[in-house]
Amino acid sequence: MSKRKAYYTSKIKRAVHMLFYRRHKKPGVKGWELRKALGSDYPKVLKILDDYLKTLDLQVKTVFEEEKQVEKPTLEELDKARFYVTLRGELTPKEAKMIGWRIDDLAGLAIAITHVISKKGKAPRKEVEELLRDKLPGWKVGFNIDRYIRYGYLTQDENEQLYLDWRTRAEVDQKALIDLLLSK
Amino acid sequence: MQSKRERSKTGREKLQRTIEMCKSVEDRSLDPFLIDVDEVISTVREYFPEWEIPEDLCLDAETIHRLASVIKLQSEWVKHRSTSLYTDPFLLEEKLTRIGKEEIVETFVNAWHPIVEFEQISLHSLAEALRYWESLLPLKERWKEFPPAELERSLATREELIRQRILRDKAFSEELENFWQELKNHVGTKGENGKIRYWDFVGAETYDETVNKAFMTSFLVTYGYATLEIHPLEEEIFIKPYEKQTAKIGKEQLVSIPIAVSAEDWIKWKRGELE
Repeated sequence: MSKRKAYYTSKIKRAVHMLFYRRHKKPGVKGWELRKALGSDYPKVLKILDDYLKTLDLQVKTVFEEEKQVEKPTLEELDKARFYVTLRGELTPKEAKMIGWRIDDLAGLAIAITHVISKKGKAPRKEVEELLRDKLPGWKVGFNIDRYIRYGYLTQDENEQLYLDWRTRAEVDQKALIDLLLSK
Repeated sequence: MQSKRERSKTGREKLQRTIEMCKSVEDRSLDPFLIDVDEVISTVREYFPEWEIPEDLCLDAETIHRLASVIKLQSEWVKHRSTSLYTDPFLLEEKLTRIGKEEIVETFVNAWHPIVEFEQISLHSLAEALRYWESLLPLKERWKEFPPAELERSLATREELIRQRILRDKAFSEELENFWQELKNHVGTKGENGKIRYWDFVGAETYDETVNKAFMTSFLVTYGYATLEIHPLEEEIFIKPYEKQTAKIGKEQLVSIPIAVSAEDWIKWKRGELE
């Protein structure tokens, strides 16, 4: 094995440990943490890892601080971004069930997220509850919204306004979701 | 014909209503275009000549402030509409109510890429934990190492309380009177027209001392040993000692005047930059 290859192999192993095992309360690793552990060429290490993960249907997902996808991020933007390993392709509804989601709860999550997106990223909790109550039993509605908040899909302010939270930004392709729903 | 008083009252009510409306648009994410900006501006303009007292002017300013926030929301709304993420909420709501749960889930999973994370213990961490466990003393032994401290009880002397800064060595009133005398001497030597610049009096060799002098000065003013003369346009504050203590409390409305005595200001004063 060439010296260069050995160098990147060890860096990739370290990156896998950091990305797959939770280090903080929230999953994911900040860019500056990766820089500290892997060196300043960590974006290259992540690129190689991402290519490798492609065959496993996984990807290294970058979520920038500004919530927008950046075409050519600067090192500073990368340092502030959070990196995750997410599924590259899609789950089937059956698989979603296997990872602990009931179909009702997942549908409720989809509705809540879609409604918040359509309302420019901020919607009153009451409105979302009203929408969910149409298809979910009343006792479950509040419970489910609290659960989405706890998981980090939604967040709520003191005026009971719901916003999208870190997990939605990391896991959900918002544009694809809206396009798919409208094409139904 | 409305009297001036009635007109002001109507104006105040209109501004209050506008503020409330703007607030509810902001807090409850209502459509910001519900507010007719031109109309609000003409109302504000119409009643502006009526305002004389500060409270009314504040109301006027708050209306403008709230209106500015609504205009910002309107601009964000327009921006969002022009992005690819914009979808008419009604259209989307209609879709959501029409399609079934299964279909919603099928759609969602096509746009959902859940985070992958492991929760697994490694051999290395198990070995580490075992090593730690082996070296950990039993609770009985560990607690023996920290016997409860025995406290000796006795009466504290006045000197000890002064040393611990619980008591002062002089009575506060006595200290305040000495400080008043110091102010008078300063005004006599360095002041003009019976007053001295605030910083020329409170400024001292160390920052701690400066803060202490500012603290004592505040009591001189509160208890009627001195007064402050503020020239807002020149941004100058003077302190003027009274010859005799004057009792202000209960006679007139007292106002608080916050004066920042920051370390930066003190450094500037030391360098002679604080004019």
